[in-house]
Amino acid sequence: MIEVYRGAWVVAYREVLRFVRDRSRVAASIIFPLLFLAIFGAGFTNIVGVMTGGIDLIQFMYPGLIAMAVVTGALAAGISVATDREDGFLREILVAPLSRTGIILGKSVGAAAVGLTQTVLLLAVGPLLGVDLSFSVIIRLVPIAVILSLAVSGLGILISSYVRSQHGVQMMIQLLVFPLVFLAGVFFPVDSVPVWMEILSKANPVTYGVDAIRQVMLGSDLASAGLGVTVFGHTMAITEEVLVVGALGSILFAAAAWKFTRTE
Amino acid sequence: MNRLASTPAGEPVIDVDDLGRRFGDLDAVRGVTFQVGQGEVFGFLGPNGAGKTTTITMLCTLLRPTSGTASIAGLDTVSQERAVRRSIGLVFQQPTLDEALTAEQNLRFHAYAYGLEADVRERQIRRLLTMVELWKRRADDVRSFSGGMRRRLEIARGLLHEPRVLFLDEPSVGLDPQTRRRIWEYLDELRATDGLTIFLTTHYMDEAENCDRIAVIDHGQIVALDTPERLKGAMSGDLITIVSPSPTAAADQVRVRHGLDPTIVDDSVTFQVPNGEDFLPGFIRTFQLPLHSISVRRPTLDDVFLELTGHAIREEASSDGRPKKSSRWRGR
Repeated sequence: MIEVYRGAWVVAYREVLRFVRDRSRVAASIIFPLLFLAIFGAGFTNIVGVMTGGIDLIQFMYPGLIAMAVVTGALAAGISVATDREDGFLREILVAPLSRTGIILGKSVGAAAVGLTQTVLLLAVGPLLGVDLSFSVIIRLVPIAVILSLAVSGLGILISSYVRSQHGVQMMIQLLVFPLVFLAGVFFPVDSVPVWMEILSKANPVTYGVDAIRQVMLGSDLASAGLGVTVFGHTMAITEEVLVVGALGSILFAAAAWKFTRTE
Repeated sequence: MNRLASTPAGEPVIDVDDLGRRFGDLDAVRGVTFQVGQGEVFGFLGPNGAGKTTTITMLCTLLRPTSGTASIAGLDTVSQERAVRRSIGLVFQQPTLDEALTAEQNLRFHAYAYGLEADVRERQIRRLLTMVELWKRRADDVRSFSGGMRRRLEIARGLLHEPRVLFLDEPSVGLDPQTRRRIWEYLDELRATDGLTIFLTTHYMDEAENCDRIAVIDHGQIVALDTPERLKGAMSGDLITIVSPSPTAAADQVRVRHGLDPTIVDDSVTFQVPNGEDFLPGFIRTFQLPLHSISVRRPTLDDVFLELTGHAIREEASSDGRPKKSSRWRGR
């Protein structure tokens, strides 16, 4: 057990250290929310205006974009594993007296920590977009973002065990980000899209992460405005959504740990 | 393979018994057996693809053997892999440093991963960085380091957790002679002060000369195991190499007229005689084929390898893939 714990913190520590030392990555994560603010703040609101239930589009999309940043950052855990493999550093990690599961957990926690910095930066520009953020909203939002991140990072690491090259993993992840994010109700409410899209969206675990974050930020009466997520006539509550993401994440993570232990 | 050469005095630190590894149809390592004693420098000498790296990877617990057993400091490499990992240090053939971090951060990561106490950690980082002459560069990114500096840093890192055995996979590849010499100075020092045991693989003969004992490995098998001196000593007399435009005919003539057993490599024919200086005048007088050159020399480990396996260490394995002869050595 101590080896799982040590593996997790040592690997996560290095992920964060690498992030902090990489000026271009730090800069990108600061520029991203500013860019986001500029584009959405300036253009979008005037075009679309207010949706049903008195929520304007930017307020609707804002939580989704936070989820998107979390998902992209979490999938990068897979790229990080592949990069270590290519640079040779993975051998240094593998030959140390650490548990394989701990190493994987460290990659996930590291990605979540880095993703969380971006989330916080995005939250910081929220008020400028007219999104009302209280302290209690942030406190409830952070654990959801972390659970979503850990869940999705399992997928990223699983991919890196099959597609072994850094380049390959990067391509695969880019390919995946698109449907995972666009079919997750980030840009449109999943209850009011064509049926095929609705089915795909509701099978996508990220949808529940997005909606949970949205409910935390905009309140739980979204569903009555047709902006929530309804599965078989049942409107999903935050707790249920977190459980769905957590359960799927556990499965993905277990699969990633199993595959990694077997192949490395 | 029968019993080869002496076993080391005292409890072996590395004990390998009939170790083998199969990849599909390929036997990468076949029935390898040897022991290494405390403080010994033990070398695996062989060409690329002979099974050196496969063996080292199994000893380091990164690859499971398909047959046989291996133990390090009395710990089994399969059932007690974590304990084994704690007692070994590794320097791989390919670099395994994090280039985005500083030298010191690389060492610190290693110390955390091996769970070193804070005081041991700081003392060891300072001591080893000083030893490999990188203390002044400790805050610099590894990205800015030369190949030799990186290898030195990797050696420092491999020793950080005070392992019983240091594994070096081809430690000299890509290094200039000066760096090579420095590295051997560090290693000799550690051996003298800490009783460190060193296991290395190499295809450089001059590096093999640094070893107390050498296992010559070819096609996944140990074909000889002894001290460098005794391996060379087993080659009687001098080696004569003639370079001829028709090497096959030249070899035939050597065989028929002088009753010797020549080996052909490219256009040169090499054979062994008890006394080269006395042999040559008569040989040249009676030799009936054109000759480019003749040389006489004392045997080196290169010759030992050639004699044992029938091919030179640097050339690629021949297409039939079999050692041509090694019978003479089996009885030792």
